[in-house]
Amino acid sequence: MTRISLTVDGARVADDVEPRMLLVQYLRERLGKTGTVIGCDTSNCGACTVHLDGESVKSCNVLAVQADGCEVTTIEGLAQDGELHPVQEAFRECHGLQCGFCTPGMVMQSVALLKENPQPSEEEIRLGLEGNLCRCTGYHNIVRAVQHAAGVSTGSTSEEQEQGVTA
Amino acid sequence: MTAVQEPAAEREIGRERRRKEDQRLITGRTRWTDNLALPGMLHLAMVRSPFAHAKIVSIDTTEAKNATNVVDVVTGADLGEAQGACINAWAITEDQVTPPHLPMPVDRVAFAGEVVAVVVARSAAEARDAAELVDVEYDELPAALDLKHAATDEVLAHPDLGTNKSAFWKFDSAEAGTGGDVDAAIEKARTDGIVIEREYRQQRLIPAFMEPRSVVVDPTGEQITVWSATQVPHILRFAIAATTGVPESKIRVIAPDVGGGFGGKLQQTPEEMIAFAVARRLGRPVKFTETRSESLMTAHHGRDQWQKLTMSAEKDGTVTGLKVELLADLGAYVAIVGGGVPVLGAFMFNSIYKFPAYQFNCQTVLTNKTWTDAYRGAGRPEATFAIERLMDELAAELGEDPIEVRRRNWIDADEFPFTTVAGLEYDSGDYEKATQRAMEMLGYDELRAEQKRRRESGDRVQLGIGVSTFTEMCGLAPSRVLGQLNYGAGGWEHASVRMLATGKVEVVTGASAHGQGHETAFSQIVADRLGVPFEDVEVLHGDTQVAPKGLDTYGSRSLVVGGEALVKAVDKVIDKARPLAAHLLEASADDLEYAGGRFGVRGTDQGITIQELATAAFAAHSYPEDMEPSLDADATYDPVNFNYPHGTHLCAVEVDTETGQVSMRKYACCDDIGNIINPLIVAGQVHGGLVQGIAQALWEEAVYDDAGTLVSGSFTDYLLPTAADTISFDIDHTTSPSLTNTLGTKGVGEAGTIASTPAVVNAVVDAVRHLGIDDITMPCTPERVWRAIQGVAGGGATEGAAMPHFDSSTGMEGTVDRTTGGAQ
Repeated sequence: MTRISLTVDGARVADDVEPRMLLVQYLRERLGKTGTVIGCDTSNCGACTVHLDGESVKSCNVLAVQADGCEVTTIEGLAQDGELHPVQEAFRECHGLQCGFCTPGMVMQSVALLKENPQPSEEEIRLGLEGNLCRCTGYHNIVRAVQHAAGVSTGSTSEEQEQGVTA
Repeated sequence: MTAVQEPAAEREIGRERRRKEDQRLITGRTRWTDNLALPGMLHLAMVRSPFAHAKIVSIDTTEAKNATNVVDVVTGADLGEAQGACINAWAITEDQVTPPHLPMPVDRVAFAGEVVAVVVARSAAEARDAAELVDVEYDELPAALDLKHAATDEVLAHPDLGTNKSAFWKFDSAEAGTGGDVDAAIEKARTDGIVIEREYRQQRLIPAFMEPRSVVVDPTGEQITVWSATQVPHILRFAIAATTGVPESKIRVIAPDVGGGFGGKLQQTPEEMIAFAVARRLGRPVKFTETRSESLMTAHHGRDQWQKLTMSAEKDGTVTGLKVELLADLGAYVAIVGGGVPVLGAFMFNSIYKFPAYQFNCQTVLTNKTWTDAYRGAGRPEATFAIERLMDELAAELGEDPIEVRRRNWIDADEFPFTTVAGLEYDSGDYEKATQRAMEMLGYDELRAEQKRRRESGDRVQLGIGVSTFTEMCGLAPSRVLGQLNYGAGGWEHASVRMLATGKVEVVTGASAHGQGHETAFSQIVADRLGVPFEDVEVLHGDTQVAPKGLDTYGSRSLVVGGEALVKAVDKVIDKARPLAAHLLEASADDLEYAGGRFGVRGTDQGITIQELATAAFAAHSYPEDMEPSLDADATYDPVNFNYPHGTHLCAVEVDTETGQVSMRKYACCDDIGNIINPLIVAGQVHGGLVQGIAQALWEEAVYDDAGTLVSGSFTDYLLPTAADTISFDIDHTTSPSLTNTLGTKGVGEAGTIASTPAVVNAVVDAVRHLGIDDITMPCTPERVWRAIQGVAGGGATEGAAMPHFDSSTGMEGTVDRTTGGAQ
């Protein structure tokens, strides 16, 4: 067992974990952060995507011990003070989800994508989401949602950058 | 009682309501089965056969049982009859050969991935570790793998049965009295007409829902509770009760949030049965969640048919007959719908056309591969593919535009209702209108002109335009029809409406959503019909204790059958409320008008709302003597007919003739699905359906190696399309309201998948037809397209994909879960 301490969705946590425990297992089984899900075991589907120190990672591809001392944001920590993140709001507005299983990863990846490239073209959005699989939507409305979020307002983009600084 | 009338609210039906269910899904407040944790819950890991067909000689569980935190290791022999059985609900013929299907077989495995033992441990990781310690000795048997070869009975999938042929199902229009003699039509055409003969392959597909299957069973308490990632909680409860002897009333099945199904979760699975048996045996809650590899390898697959087709036509392109001969691969067992899947396509090969003679023959065959069952469209995509490919071939033979040939043969708008050669009565439609609109959206004429230019200039990149005009039967199903087809259950749906004391409305439906948006769409229907705010309606489903009656969600039935049950229940509530309203308003019931959720006394401003009446019924301080103090009502609706959405799908692709690469340039479709409840949800269903159908045409295929191991057993190998592989779609609708239900709706869940596959393949073939190509086998990979251009018929088989992943010299076998570190 190895002792790790980290910040998850703004809360300080510490645990003894097996070295082989994956970050996604730690989030789900030890912290009860079941909003983040496991879809494939082979890092193809991206359903488990979270932010690790502000970068999007597939949490099935990161060991819990690698997150020691880091800041993790999951889908459950994205909304601030009861206000949905603009990307969450855009997924609802544009019907960018059906069964919702890929949605946590898709939203987290979209947030990271827009942080890197606030005004992406459709092509850039499609390439940026290539590592996240969805079986319901055919991606059409997911692309619309990211475009919608990109066009919401510059205010949300600067807020996003501020959050990045504090992280 | 209020004398003030609220301004009439906007009609809910037809509104682009944002979904109610999204708030929790976008914030991670979800309840997937795998999220559940109960006190003392144990975890299961399955030990699975690496062989496609083998005798189980012995199973040594000693070492696994001694592992730390392992509670038990259980085999099929240990469970005996307590494990129940997996049922086939639809013997398509009286003499169907159906192998017995134990969840955990005792003496012989019939496909790679079948469960032979289950390890129970305190954690999932420890269970998986110990599963590697179970020592199973197998005596390998020859396996029936190739579908056509299996049909010869040379190698038997189940030696005891003496044959692989499960059932032969036939429909003949001359025998049924719905049309002429197809053989005579073909013979005539051979002398003075056109005969098109083709054989098409429907490759094996995997539904690949995003949420892996998961089941939790809690045997504590008076009822045994089963949470499962299933489309069919009611059917599952019935099947468990029927095969284990546990009374149905002692079983509660809950389908919590379910992450997609597409038919793939329309099953009673061995894993559910094993979890149920182990929980009962140990008296402790247990959980099993599959890995993705287990899901791809053992959750049922779809399609897998050979289609032999003969079409006859007059010299002018008027079709005179169609004969269909199918071989359908059932896999190792006859699944819950099983051979019924191709039979669902039997009535659809004639599609939107006025064929005078038709014959359908289907032989279902057992093999030593994963069992097959419903996958989005179930039978109808296969039928649509066959006929739409043939119509393009006929057009090519005639040298005519493929739309012209279809137009010559399709049912005209003024000919509805139309009884087809397969004996179905189509209620409504307008194929011309939908086609015109789709052509406009695609820019059909401009693209044809461009195609001509590119052909003439010998451009390296050629343009192809694919056409698919489709219809489908959906809204499964009139119970009497199912009875005639020997299906084991009915096709009705149930709903109830509960008027709460505070005026809120609970709607209970027997349909079980897993991403479709029932909560939103059903709220819209009830809000309009009952005249209450959309926000005041709560839709409950997916728990046999909450929704005790139902037949669940599949076959594009929820809205057209379940929605209609809802309408009937709401109407009963209004009927029950009327005497109470009259009583409280001191008026005659005959003088009351119901509108906008309020009973008003005609000619006055006096009235009372349904929500006020709910409160009054709850208090029950004053009500008429001959009524019970409740407004709640139930309804069960059995559809009188299927309904028949249709549409025209057009696809333009570019094919690089040097590399075989296919790029989708544009996709436009116009679907007629009758009246639309929520356009946003409908668009989502169409988009998602399109990509699944396009994926069959271009990317997906479940591939087995010579030993019967699935080599496309991970998302690295089974090619699910990504955002980068796909394009945005142009969709629109024409509206011919259905005449078979009061809402005028038609199913939409499967339409995109049914229509798109032939549109894409027709486009690919069209791009290279001038090079002498008239077919490319699905999926139309760059390699196949390139080979076809090089002169190999159909592009050949998938060979490279069957490369073994695990080197025999290392001792690694395909069933090892690579993510947990393998069997080091």
